[in-house]
Amino acid sequence: MPIPDAAGRSAIAHPVGCNNVDDILVSRGKRRRGRSMTGDRTCEREAERHVETDPERRTAFQRLAREQIPRLYATARRFEGAAGAEDLVQECLLRAYRAFDTLNADDAGPAWLQAILANVFRDRLRKRRHAVNEVPVDDVESFSLYRAVAEEDPFPYSDTLHLDFLHAFGREDVEAVLARLPEIYRLPLILRYMHDFSTKEIARVLEAPLGTVLARLHRGRKLFEHEMWTYAEETDLLATEAP
Amino acid sequence: MTGDGRLIPCSEAVRLLWDYLDRALSPEDRSLVDGHLMFCRDCCGELEFAKELHAFLASNAVDQIPPDVRARLEDFIGEIVEDR
Repeated sequence: MPIPDAAGRSAIAHPVGCNNVDDILVSRGKRRRGRSMTGDRTCEREAERHVETDPERRTAFQRLAREQIPRLYATARRFEGAAGAEDLVQECLLRAYRAFDTLNADDAGPAWLQAILANVFRDRLRKRRHAVNEVPVDDVESFSLYRAVAEEDPFPYSDTLHLDFLHAFGREDVEAVLARLPEIYRLPLILRYMHDFSTKEIARVLEAPLGTVLARLHRGRKLFEHEMWTYAEETDLLATEAP
Repeated sequence: MTGDGRLIPCSEAVRLLWDYLDRALSPEDRSLVDGHLMFCRDCCGELEFAKELHAFLASNAVDQIPPDVRARLEDFIGEIVEDR
């Protein structure tokens, strides 16, 4: 999928290529305005205004990028952990700047940046040659967090047992639980449930067949539930946070 | 509606619940889950919890960026743009 790569190749190879990065966003109906994202005429018009030569476009990039820093950083932290997050955002911003001419609808900018971030991360994973370990989830498959909470009953006097369980998890705890998941499960989960990507968009971003994405989402959710429970047990989260 | 009238066990219903929430099930599977939910209180609880967990994840999407990191990244954007 032609999100610009590290060398910004897709931006160079398709200087008027409206159909690359924006493809990812096409199904995000709520962000679309008319046909501006795919219309070739818009493409040609925008392509005449290069971000590198046009101060107005530069300002537009700067405005979008600055405004999106917190969201990008939040996603990057979930992908990489705090240590590598800043660097990930930097590379994302560099790629985004090189490819900015391919973005035609400014209101699509936030999702476009998130897609680039996911791609930067995926490229890094590839380089690291992380063993793509499909986790055997037979034991996890039958796990039900709902039941585990109901049976263990960590808040005996509560009427909202399950909500109490969730609210015992702070942001750092959620981050820690996510970090326990193998990347192939973590990424789809974050994109789907934290950033509201559709499964089709995730398939495009990760260059994986839709069926694979659905299967990984399924396992990822199960693993996440399972890891929430083991994390709570291991860290005495419920004992210390109980009201 | 109970679809084709076939009943599924809780394990099967639970397996399908998130996809049910995501509206990612085929109409057949969807009605199987609907049929199960009509009589199974436990799985209704599962469904509610899946919704809560979903909302919980979404509420954790954006968190605070340390001010120094933000300042550095803003400078970085400045450099990218000035550099050209």
